[in-house]
Amino acid sequence: MDGIEAIFLHSDIPGANQIGGIVPDEPLFAEDELHFRGQPIGLIVGKSELLCRLAREKIELQYDELPVITDPREAAQKGHLIVPPRTFEMGNPDQIWSECAYVFEGKADVNGQEHLYIESQGAYAWPKEDGCIFVASSTQGPTAVQKTVALVLDIPMHKVEVNVQRLGGGFGGKEDQATAWAVMVALAAFSLGRPVKFSMHRMDDMLMTGKRHPYSSDYKIGLSKDLKILAYEATHYQNAGAAADLSPAVLERTLFHSTNAYFVPNVRATALSCKTNLPPNTAFRGFGGPQGKFIIECAIAHAAEKIDVSPDTIQRKNLLSEGDIMSYGQKMEGVLATPTWEECEKLYGIEEMKTEIADFNQSSFRFKKGLAVQPICFGISFTNTMMNHARALVHVYHDGSVVVSTGAVEMGQGVNTKLLQVACETFGISPDRVKIESTNTLRIANTSPTAASAGADLNGKALQMACNCVLDRLKKVAEDALGTDNISIRDNKIFSGDKETPMSWNELVQLAFSKRVSLSEHAHYATPIIHYDKSKEKGHPFAYHVYGTAVICVTVDCLKGTYHFDSVKLVHDGGKSMNLPVDNGQIEGGLVQGIGWMTMEELLYDKKGRLMSNALSTYKVPDIYSVPKEILIAHFDSDGHELAIKKSKAVGEPPLMYGLGAYFAIRNAVKAFNPAANLEFNAPYTPEKVLMDLCKKQVSTTFQDIQVEDAGIS
Amino acid sequence: METTTEFILNEELVKTAEPKVLTLLDFIRYRANLRGTKIGCREGDCGACTVLIGRRMGDEVFYESATSCLTPLGNVHGKHVVTVEGLNMDKLNRVQQAMVDFSGTQCGICTPGFVVSLCGYVLNPQKELYRSAKDAVDGNICRCTGYKSIERAAERIDIELANCSDGPRLKQLIKNGFIPNYFEEIAKRLKEIEPQQAPTNGAKPVGGGTDVYVQKHDKLQTMDIALLAMDENKNRVHPQNGQLIIDKTATATDLMKSPDLINTIPAWYDYMKLISSHPIRNIGTIAGNLVNASPIGDFTIILLALGAGLEIENLEGNLRRLPLKEFYFDYKQTDLKQDEIISRIFIPIPKAEKFHFEKVCKRQYLDIASVNTAIKISVEADVIVDINLSIGGVSAVPLYLKETSAFLLGKNLNYNNIVTAESVMQKEISPIGDARGSADYKRLLAKRLFFAHFIHLFPEIIKMKELV
Repeated sequence: MDGIEAIFLHSDIPGANQIGGIVPDEPLFAEDELHFRGQPIGLIVGKSELLCRLAREKIELQYDELPVITDPREAAQKGHLIVPPRTFEMGNPDQIWSECAYVFEGKADVNGQEHLYIESQGAYAWPKEDGCIFVASSTQGPTAVQKTVALVLDIPMHKVEVNVQRLGGGFGGKEDQATAWAVMVALAAFSLGRPVKFSMHRMDDMLMTGKRHPYSSDYKIGLSKDLKILAYEATHYQNAGAAADLSPAVLERTLFHSTNAYFVPNVRATALSCKTNLPPNTAFRGFGGPQGKFIIECAIAHAAEKIDVSPDTIQRKNLLSEGDIMSYGQKMEGVLATPTWEECEKLYGIEEMKTEIADFNQSSFRFKKGLAVQPICFGISFTNTMMNHARALVHVYHDGSVVVSTGAVEMGQGVNTKLLQVACETFGISPDRVKIESTNTLRIANTSPTAASAGADLNGKALQMACNCVLDRLKKVAEDALGTDNISIRDNKIFSGDKETPMSWNELVQLAFSKRVSLSEHAHYATPIIHYDKSKEKGHPFAYHVYGTAVICVTVDCLKGTYHFDSVKLVHDGGKSMNLPVDNGQIEGGLVQGIGWMTMEELLYDKKGRLMSNALSTYKVPDIYSVPKEILIAHFDSDGHELAIKKSKAVGEPPLMYGLGAYFAIRNAVKAFNPAANLEFNAPYTPEKVLMDLCKKQVSTTFQDIQVEDAGIS
Repeated sequence: METTTEFILNEELVKTAEPKVLTLLDFIRYRANLRGTKIGCREGDCGACTVLIGRRMGDEVFYESATSCLTPLGNVHGKHVVTVEGLNMDKLNRVQQAMVDFSGTQCGICTPGFVVSLCGYVLNPQKELYRSAKDAVDGNICRCTGYKSIERAAERIDIELANCSDGPRLKQLIKNGFIPNYFEEIAKRLKEIEPQQAPTNGAKPVGGGTDVYVQKHDKLQTMDIALLAMDENKNRVHPQNGQLIIDKTATATDLMKSPDLINTIPAWYDYMKLISSHPIRNIGTIAGNLVNASPIGDFTIILLALGAGLEIENLEGNLRRLPLKEFYFDYKQTDLKQDEIISRIFIPIPKAEKFHFEKVCKRQYLDIASVNTAIKISVEADVIVDINLSIGGVSAVPLYLKETSAFLLGKNLNYNNIVTAESVMQKEISPIGDARGSADYKRLLAKRLFFAHFIHLFPEIIKMKELV
């Protein structure tokens, strides 16, 4: 075809046909078997994007159909596991059940979530001299790209330069899954000796890339007469998709968060990473934590409904306290579960809200309101201890301007703003003097991905160290020049004690330069105190935890099954926030993303593993009208934590989990209309499920049996 | 078809021989090299590619937002196309400044679309189309912010706009830093562009493009397309003898601001809001919605209940007329012959009749319905003397509920008749399960929305409690 330059297949790969991050189980291009619909077979390179897409239509693929598994429980039954199961244990639930006043068992399902970063996946590459290659990638993990390009091209890592300017949204979807596309363009550019660019069409992106993991879980919860949770058992079947990707790590975080913000003395949580024929599921804001939390919230709601108390009564009674031990052995310090809850009660009046809602529901037949309280407790650090390190490179140029490079990737979360603040505040200079550079593997090596909410902490700490090293040298120069030993820098000026000296920042830098003092520094930071022993499943994996409590109110139209959120009022423990607008943006954005996951965002695969929700017309994310009418954020006044950058706690992931309350608020309203119905736990709570639950006695249905007759847009 | 397309892109006059079926988005990004317009979904559902299209009417230019991914290049002949670059000034404009001040941007990829949509509102904040600035971004998806910061920015824009209401609008907006001053010359410059006639050859006709470009933009570029919507600088909806006459190129927005419908259907604005979004309504045509024959087409369902009629024209210019309810045969099968197009649509302007429209989807706005339904009804002394019912999403065609309407005609408006009518309706519909819901759900929803019509229109007589 005219304008088509080349088609690359697995046989064109000079090195390894392998892109698996944790487990080497994922080829770049399929060889003999396809394990999921949307698995790449080859790359078409041509003069334009349109030509390549038209060329693709001309390719006919002949294949034999193999059996398809989409259900994680079926995969587990057949023994298709990505890695061996893991179990976190504390106490012994088996001995406790008989002592419990109440024991409830059940099953809960929670679906996955499409990242829907507005900028789709993409990368471009060009060859450099000496067999080197430059790759610009929209990735959260430049080192993963660099490593994999080297492996696939069979060249050492030092020949691969990966540069990341910024991302049009990531949310975890570009932590590992940006790699394949970057490697493909690198392969093409390397082989053709020309620049090659690829940016994914939205429908390809939705079809081919993995998402948040769907989970199907069994739970068992035992409570005492006074509603203390004595024992909790959960078995999580994680739908990993066709390859490991980050699933084993996601699985681990589910176990770490299987009791959310509650203290349970006897816990056994098991998780199985089940291999199915779906695209390999991957990181997504919360990384398995939200699924673990959802399941225990289901268990609590189940218990509350049977005992006939409000779920928040059980939640409140079981919040973590200072010094409690988690199932993974970490002794909890700086616990703010109860204080944020109490602050929430004090500021917003949870009990008054409940009374108002009860009154409203009494007088309204068609519209019912529901409320849920959602406490969160989220551990900060990569659960894989070895990943908790970062580096920063600072150059002060002799004109006084500063350039900063770190391993952090800006994807809208505001990490560059925070890094800028760290540099400016450490040096005592204004933001116009500092430039935060792109993330580049030649400047900063061996980076961990920007993930786990830890980007600002790890890279900020490294930057602080680098700036302080340069600052100490500059101060020494100033001391010598000014003959005083109490030097500080503020507002681009040099102070001796409280007294301004005639020396400016620029003059000091110039002076240091002339005295042959180093104006550059490369610093390395590794989080202290954390450790974890996988063989015992015990340790101290998290630097600290983030807490908070949210109250969510919803109104359900019981005629139509539709709903809208009246308010979300929350108290968040952000420590000493170094930038409130940035942190509030993360809180509001995370919350709304969480609400979307629990409500309208519905991934639909048919039994053959074909994605039916394959476009923005069939997969809906919140728009401006579907967000809560009112979102109130209060910051809990706390000291923060020494391991948080400037005591400003990590904020990327935790707020998403306030959104879990959306599910239980709707359920609360549905129960107000249809109290007798025996409802399943199956998120998201789409208007379809709501209407079906409102009418549960009248109509029987199975949600799973969706036939594909009209999957596209009509 | 004439080969060149001539329009003003921001400040520059553009004459291009690129194919008229090329999307405006691809022209802007890859021919004009203006990369501020982003690609998000290429199906009009995210708004990252939003631009303004200015249409000259006399000495004035009317600006409307549009998704450039669904706009054929040929459709902007003689118009002013504004991208985010064309809104830039030496310092940030007031809309951009508001987005910065309220942290309305995080990753930034959706931001140009939001800015353009809000600037469209600033240029033309008609009350028939918007209640406030927030309504202008109903077609823009942001995955980062959770929208609250953007809401706050929009509120400030409204406050600032209220302070610059004296004098000619364009001059005021320029003076107050909302838009660059080159806008003043645009009307004069557009006059100099020679109009092009819409071609009348037999190629596949395309109106606004909002359906045919969805998921098919590649294929379209290999097809012979006749664009119908070129150079329509005139009013496209007008009343005559108790009817509204709708031209073939009239858009949803044209219908949304029709005084005849606003004055006779109290909740007209609310119904229109349920249908797609500003940038889609601004370019999508009513005729296209009908011809597309989607079983779930919102306007089709509304026009079926309103009792609309069609005028159909063939290549020789012969005209024939047909009630809309006789237009659909089977899935995507209509009465339209190969060489025919819908040339005009007639809607009887409601008099004493009451009208209501219901639509339920996963997301209330900018979503495709699971079920949608409309009713036009006239009741005298508790007797139903006129009734049209229609329903979508539960049949191979957008369904006029012939049996159900006939059953209710002449009957008393009471619970018994409504409940019986609902069972008649269940026999008329035949839903299938798909991404928008299971068949059981659609039956249940159809029942509930059927009841909702009467609960809404006759709240004193019909109550939900007696029906469910």
